[in-house]
Amino acid sequence: MTKTGTMLAAFAVGLLTSTAAMAGDVRIMWYSDGVEGEVLKDLLDRFMKENPGINVILDNVSYSVVREQLPVQLEAGNGPDIARVTNLKAQSQHWLDLRPLVADAAYWDANFGDQADWMRPDGSTQISGFMTQITIAGGFANKTLFDQAGVAIPGKDATWDDWAKAAKQVAESQQVPFPMALDRSGHRLSGPNLSFGANYIGADGKPAPLDKGSKAFLEKFVGWIADGTMSKDVWVSAAGSTYRAAADDFINGQLVYYYSGSWQIPNFSTKIGSNFDWVATGSPCGPANCTGMTGGAGLVAVKYTKNPKEVAKVMDYLAREDIVKEFSERTLFLPAHKGVLAKGLDFKTDDPQAKAALAEFIDASKTLSDLARKLPGWHWSDTVYGALVTRVSQAAAGEMPLQEAVTRIDADIAAKVKDSGL
Amino acid sequence: MKAETPRPTGSGFGEAIMIPVRLAMGLIDAPLRWVQRKLGLGGMAAFFLLPNMLIFGIFVLLPFFINFAYSMTGGTALFLDDRTFVGTDQYVRLFDCSNYLDPNSCTEDTFWTAVGNTAWFVVLQVTLMILFSLVTALILNRELMARSFWRAVFFFPVLLSPVVVGLIWKWILQRQGLLNFALYGFGFQPYTWLNDRNWAFAAAVGVSIWAHMGFYTLILLAGLQAIPKDLYEAAEMDGTRPARAFWRITLPLLMPNLLVVIVLVLIRAVQIFDEVYVLTGGGPGTSTLYLTQYIYETGFATQLRNPGLAAAASILMGVVLIVLTLIQLGLGRSSEKNGSRK
Repeated sequence: MTKTGTMLAAFAVGLLTSTAAMAGDVRIMWYSDGVEGEVLKDLLDRFMKENPGINVILDNVSYSVVREQLPVQLEAGNGPDIARVTNLKAQSQHWLDLRPLVADAAYWDANFGDQADWMRPDGSTQISGFMTQITIAGGFANKTLFDQAGVAIPGKDATWDDWAKAAKQVAESQQVPFPMALDRSGHRLSGPNLSFGANYIGADGKPAPLDKGSKAFLEKFVGWIADGTMSKDVWVSAAGSTYRAAADDFINGQLVYYYSGSWQIPNFSTKIGSNFDWVATGSPCGPANCTGMTGGAGLVAVKYTKNPKEVAKVMDYLAREDIVKEFSERTLFLPAHKGVLAKGLDFKTDDPQAKAALAEFIDASKTLSDLARKLPGWHWSDTVYGALVTRVSQAAAGEMPLQEAVTRIDADIAAKVKDSGL
Repeated sequence: MKAETPRPTGSGFGEAIMIPVRLAMGLIDAPLRWVQRKLGLGGMAAFFLLPNMLIFGIFVLLPFFINFAYSMTGGTALFLDDRTFVGTDQYVRLFDCSNYLDPNSCTEDTFWTAVGNTAWFVVLQVTLMILFSLVTALILNRELMARSFWRAVFFFPVLLSPVVVGLIWKWILQRQGLLNFALYGFGFQPYTWLNDRNWAFAAAVGVSIWAHMGFYTLILLAGLQAIPKDLYEAAEMDGTRPARAFWRITLPLLMPNLLVVIVLVLIRAVQIFDEVYVLTGGGPGTSTLYLTQYIYETGFATQLRNPGLAAAASILMGVVLIVLTLIQLGLGRSSEKNGSRK
């Protein structure tokens, strides 16, 4: 072969190999709410030093990519080797069973067993992955605004009405545009729905039509948007089931009370700094209880991977007690690992507000209703959440009365159940 | 004795370059001669069209037929093999209305809302886009100071990605955006432009015009510059007023360019998605939800997805686009005939 021929052949091989997945490559699709992407990168760099034969590629993407593009990739039998997702149960047919691949399945069962069912097909015992964090929906109050207005922050047993009244008083007194905001998310809306006595799950395990509990809170909620108690910006700012958060409004001091969840703590700690004082408040009470919603993001292995052994090795490393502890302490996330929880955490922050907020959310986890604990592992949760967001935002925008929105929610969910063929 | 024909002289370097060029030409020439011998001249035309037809077939026609096949199936699975044949059920579902003028009376009410919004958007946007592009082209065609600079200014937004366009205008129009900041400075109360149905709709139309007007202006400007100047000079000598010259000279001679612009604007308006999706997300409520967003959300973004319904909606949108294109072809032909009669 001539010299030119050799060079051309080498170039062609180089081109081919540069696009193909190499043996030993593990690709992770990851999204971040705060600093967790950086922490994970650091942990993975250490893993690769310990395991030079495995190359872990971290693809940091937006949450919408995980919500909208990953499902299509999975349906096509593609996708990353590992993914961080929140829609765990409905996509569980795509997760790899790690049970025969991990070093010690009993360790996984003992430490992550409580949430294992959230991410595996019904009736199976497979190990699909683990929760990178457990989240609890709950509220945050701008303490500085309350203090300046001379209004007392409502106590632990305060109802949604108590909070609305107090937040409105503060907003009027301090000339703040929004008394309250609740993320444009069906998951977030479900916390108060449940505290008003809602039950989404029918006797056959499929979605039931919206009941009195849901209707009672939704009526209150839409009314609050109409009269300006609740931020209109978040709920009418999009069509369909698009997610919108009000975190920036809270960070900018434009919001008195923000109902979101524990994952906002690192975000607030970093971005608010010493601009004002804030506190986590747990979930306000409804007539039935004072529950928020639990959930979180799981790290799952995808069954279409070409390198399952390497994937299991990465998962074993990330699920290790010391690694989970470090990840949680540095990201200020609540871990799912039983051993880590039992031994306690020393969150790496000098911010006493963040530490207090974390303690508040751990406390709030004790008042979660049984249904709130069950919904993350229910196949139809996201279907219900999507329909809720789409239609409630139409009612909030004044496009249809709430009664019609409720009828549409039931019809949308019924159509989707029918479409699924299940 | 016959004199020897002198050979063209050239530099040694030029000759050296020509050798590989001639070799390459010979390599291309040989198979073409072979094809021509085997297929004749008509066959040669088909041979040259083949690559284009293959690409068109694989990337346009085939997906169209696959999409049509999807529209006849139901379920949430992605692969056709895993989907159940439902015939025209998806189309029936889309057209299941008791009153087509009232989207709320339809099973798929958001589809009809999107259809209504898209129709209204097309009417407004196309009219205003043509008007603004034409006026801008007429102004830029005059002897202006720094004319090239102004042309660049109007063309600049075309270079931006639609997502960037959406984000820029969102930063301007949102509650804590630049517009409200400026209004506040002048003593006005801030207003939530993107939360108001009418303003959000107007913003969608306006931003889309701002983003694409430069391209159409350029086409019209090229048409204006192709009109012979002596026609205007003759008209001026006859005492024709500028307005009459516009209607009698400019507009008729610009008509071929104008037709191209109308069709391009129409097609783009029916397909509106990217910049508006970033700007308003389809809201407030569903007031800026357009057909493409409906298809995207139904097929990809919602839990659970319905690719069959999305495919059916996109087939209907395709039919609308084909009808619009046929109208344009018809108009183009009648315009040519009228031109040749004159």
